[in-house]
Amino acid sequence: MARPKAFDEIWGSGAGREARPGFAPISRWMDETPSAELQRRQQAAEAAFRQLGITFAVYGEEDAAERIIPFDIVPRMFTRSEWSKLSAGLVQRVQALNAFLDDVYGERRILAEGIIPPELILCNPQFRPEAAGAKPPHGIYSHICGIDLVRTGPGDFWVLEDNARTPSGVSYMLENREAMIRLCPELFRMFRVAAVDSYPDRLLATMRSVAPRGMAADPVCVILTPGRFNSAYYEHSFLADNLGIELVEAADLVVDDDIVWMRTITGRVKVDVIYRRIDDDFLDPLVFRPDSMLGVPGLMAAYRAGNVTLVNAPGTGIADDKAIYSYMPEIVRFYSGGEALLPNVETFRCREPQVLKYVLDNLAELVVKLVDGSGGYGMLVGPTASKAEIEAFRAALIAEPHRYIAQPTLALSTVPTLTESGVAPRHVDFRPFVLTGANGVDIVPGGLTRVALKEGSLVVNSSQGGGTKDSFVLLDEGAPD
Amino acid sequence: MLSRTAACLYWLGRYIERADFTARLVEATVRLDALSAQPAGEVAWMSALLVTDADAAFMATGDTLTPQNVSRFLTLSADHPGSIIHCLDRARDNARSVRTALTREAWSAINRAWLIFHGRASPGGTQATLNLVDQTKAEVRSFEGAVHRMMRNQASGFIRLGQALERADNTARLLDVKYHILLPEGEYVGGTMDRDQWTTILQTVSAVTAYRWLYSEGLTPSRVTELLVLRRELPLSIAGAAEEVVEMLSALGKRTGLQGEADRMARARLGKLGATKVSDVIGGGLHEFLEDFIVENAELNGAIARQFKFV
Repeated sequence: MARPKAFDEIWGSGAGREARPGFAPISRWMDETPSAELQRRQQAAEAAFRQLGITFAVYGEEDAAERIIPFDIVPRMFTRSEWSKLSAGLVQRVQALNAFLDDVYGERRILAEGIIPPELILCNPQFRPEAAGAKPPHGIYSHICGIDLVRTGPGDFWVLEDNARTPSGVSYMLENREAMIRLCPELFRMFRVAAVDSYPDRLLATMRSVAPRGMAADPVCVILTPGRFNSAYYEHSFLADNLGIELVEAADLVVDDDIVWMRTITGRVKVDVIYRRIDDDFLDPLVFRPDSMLGVPGLMAAYRAGNVTLVNAPGTGIADDKAIYSYMPEIVRFYSGGEALLPNVETFRCREPQVLKYVLDNLAELVVKLVDGSGGYGMLVGPTASKAEIEAFRAALIAEPHRYIAQPTLALSTVPTLTESGVAPRHVDFRPFVLTGANGVDIVPGGLTRVALKEGSLVVNSSQGGGTKDSFVLLDEGAPD
Repeated sequence: MLSRTAACLYWLGRYIERADFTARLVEATVRLDALSAQPAGEVAWMSALLVTDADAAFMATGDTLTPQNVSRFLTLSADHPGSIIHCLDRARDNARSVRTALTREAWSAINRAWLIFHGRASPGGTQATLNLVDQTKAEVRSFEGAVHRMMRNQASGFIRLGQALERADNTARLLDVKYHILLPEGEYVGGTMDRDQWTTILQTVSAVTAYRWLYSEGLTPSRVTELLVLRRELPLSIAGAAEEVVEMLSALGKRTGLQGEADRMARARLGKLGATKVSDVIGGGLHEFLEDFIVENAELNGAIARQFKFV
């Protein structure tokens, strides 16, 4: 179906392919580099990714362990002023998220003051009563946040969702940049691009800053992975490698007298900070899922005793729940005292009867999401869905309205992307990675740009045929024509 | 270093070595089959199965004993634990779980070796099979090169320890089966068939030229036995592998401070090999000697696992 032309981040909103101010050189680069040459470079990048084993798994696919995410050779760009505006909004939002977590697992002022209905927190499966009152060091719960942003116009950025649990994708930010530097060095001569390679150092500094108080001067940090069959295993090993710390599985850890140890060839070594890439449910079978074979028995007791820091803390899922998301403007206002710099996408809470009626009447125009869904599963994109899909969602909504939210379909911005018929606009989103440590919030100038490779598609998830791009943050307002 | 990491590296070394050995075995068998005055055919391929303890498993598949079937079984069978693809699968699995302990080069080499086989249904004709074998060997050499360029820390030590221990086992198995089972009725010791078989053994362990260098006279079973059991100069000989095990254990001991039962067993074994003459080996029965060695090697494997707390 025809929609008005979306804003393109390089070519702007006009009908032609006139570059926006500062972006003329890349526009020319796309025109002048033959498509075949761009294809060749893109294939070289993908071949390198495959050889390095930068793969991910798609749940429900037989031979899925070995797919790579398609990589697009045309970068996406932010000017310095765009980035500083974004950064300010991200800092504010992530500070509010951590303040909110500290509050709901502590005093619960936000509930007492009636900002959020208490049952929405206390009866939410993402709320972990086991984490209440544990007070992690410096009151930080979500040390690593991935905030998914979309854009609809030159100055119009929106937060699509917050990822406060264990956001993934940062390895693509780093590997994509490596590939771009190797394959398109001329772009880095055209533009002054902020480096992203300090991310591992910054992450390690963040982890060390939140080590339990009074522990060794040189805290032992590790990354906890579910193992090599996990879809994000490459990233876990990549990070451990780049941080220079051990990549442990649950079986490598043992808790004794509320102290966490790892088993090494020379005996036990005490562990102070764990960047865990496993879900809350599988952290500790004594507390969460007794049937789980994963997990470290006693880990939660060690955490509550303050002997180990978990990055991110257990229970952060309550902050990125899609039902809570709709309250983020109020949450930001409550903790920061100001209006949110980065707006939310308007969100309809289907649990409210009159809202549900509106949603059901306008399904063909809306995006409907499961509150606890992710990865593009359990999602209806009204304008591109078939009648049958819409009717299936209608039935599901009527049966369990509280499990869904709806949002207007946004005209997501596009970025020129290499396709079979040359370079053409494709829709994108953006996930910057926001670190919070004892010294405040730290954002590496870059992030993960995901691109929907199918023409007109708005679904960027890698499990649904999305690809990635490098994201340039410029040190100035672009390059002269 | 995590105990699990150490165990994965050690087994990574063992599986890579086993994949390499099986590749060489397939190559040697193709040669033996082709060069014999009378087509060795079934006998050659049967021997390849016996070497890898895979005769019963192959029979269980119900396939007839043909070069194509056996070479597919040894290279690509998903069910046979000794097939090249299975070894590479296991090696890669272990490598994946210890990605952080490997350099990119080392990991890429394993991944490339695995990609050669991944998704293949058949090894193809003889030329294609030999091609596969060559690629496997090249990637394993490339892996070894990468391991030598890794930091001289525990990680490379455990990989090389696993490789050396596996190599000792493989060479012993190779010798054992050839010595006892291969000569068909009507063939005599020292005959064409016999010589072909010994040449094949040498070829399997890349020792044909070494033999010529070390022994001016022609090929005899007792000299081949001496070379493959007792000459430390040859990395694929039993004594050569046993020496490398001792070296790796003592290097690991220096870095970790862990020395113990495994070191004692490995040194005692090497000392015993040093004091052994080929006449003792053959006089006491090569088969018995090799069987004892294989059992001893397995015991050493257990001692290593205990010493470094693999479990």
